Amino acid sequence: MTYHVNFNFIWKYFDKLSWGLVLSLELAVACIAFGILIGLGGALLYVDGPRRLRPLVTAYVEFIRNVPLLLLVYLVFYGVPSVGGFKYGPTESFIITLSVYAGAYLIEVFRSGLDAVPRGLIDAGKAIGLTPFQRLIHVRLPTMFRVVLPSLSNTFVSLFKDTSVASVIAVPELTYGAQWINFNTFRFVEVYAVVTPMYLVTGYAILFLLRRLERRYAVGR
Amino acid sequence: MDLVIQSLPFVTKGLAITLQVSGLVVVLSLLAGVILGVALTYGPLPIRLLVRGYSDIIRGIPVLILIFAVYYGLPALKVNLSNLTAAVAALTMFTTAQVIETTRGAIQSIHHGQMEAGKAIGLGFGQRLLYVIFPQALRRFLPPWINSVTDAVKGSALVSLVGVVDLMLAIQQVIGRVYEPMPLYLLGAAIYFAINYSLSSLSRRLEQHFAYIRE
Repeated sequence: MTYHVNFNFIWKYFDKLSWGLVLSLELAVACIAFGILIGLGGALLYVDGPRRLRPLVTAYVEFIRNVPLLLLVYLVFYGVPSVGGFKYGPTESFIITLSVYAGAYLIEVFRSGLDAVPRGLIDAGKAIGLTPFQRLIHVRLPTMFRVVLPSLSNTFVSLFKDTSVASVIAVPELTYGAQWINFNTFRFVEVYAVVTPMYLVTGYAILFLLRRLERRYAVGR
Repeated sequence: MDLVIQSLPFVTKGLAITLQVSGLVVVLSLLAGVILGVALTYGPLPIRLLVRGYSDIIRGIPVLILIFAVYYGLPALKVNLSNLTAAVAALTMFTTAQVIETTRGAIQSIHHGQMEAGKAIGLGFGQRLLYVIFPQALRRFLPPWINSVTDAVKGSALVSLVGVVDLMLAIQQVIGRVYEPMPLYLLGAAIYFAINYSLSSLSRRLEQHFAYIRE
């Protein structure tokens, strides 16, 4: 007996996939936004904050970077509510997890970005009488963002791919949609033949758009 | 705490599987990745395009989708793999793509004059690679490669989703029995952290060790 390829079921339930893709993108956008906030806060704390807080930032970054995302997802969804005595839905829980995860990676990105701001620019800011806060807002952060834009785009695309892990706690994103169709129709080959290109095309389309955006804000020569 | 101690036998069994899976993935992907990486750098155009396509496609899809596609998709095409084999195959495909890029980057960081000098003294292609390029490219290869190794260890947690009883699934099973999630997840996190942190410290030390070389 050979396998008969039949895409009918896929098109019948295609809304599971299309809405799943939309949710995947929404998750990625939410998590990069929160991740940027965490990353910026952490990087500034590390660079400008009191020295004794540095080990704290390092501990956070190293912990997150060396533990599998899957374990973090379980830990936040099942572990934290069991000791905290509160509950949240899978989507909220996943957004918290992936934001904290993204934050750890972005702290590193922003830290090296802040290091890359030329000393002369900061001195020039001092020379025209800007306060440390004004130097941060008008000199260091704008320069840093130009430097880190490519890393931000890469992080965003890899977050988009990481949203597939949300399927394990039943967040109805793209991978969950694929698994749902699998277990209800058993059209395994067809589902992955459709879902894989959806991830690929979306991922590369985002990257293409972000690269064009980067060129507009690229560091001037 | 008692609970953690009681669960240790199960957890260590899982850990053994995690180490076995990551070890297999690391070795297989190293072999395949270096060969394909060399093919991507020096091969004829059709082969270069093929390897480039493979690497870009694999790196463009989530690892989880890759694992599911291999595990659920292949049996329908009359290729029956055990869950462990399917998981190792999928993770190897993914890590190979990373090793390909690391290899290409490391080789291209070596000035082409080195290759020409090797030619000039009459070395064959294999000899030039082995005696001229590889020893110099090694220091550019090792740190990012160790990062891929930690990625492989972290990625190996995903094999629990196709029923391989690795560290992750062993922990899930213990939690299913005792319903005490937090201490066990923290135990699991500590074990993964210990493995990966030692690897990434090694990578940092190697980077510092090689830093004295100036171009």
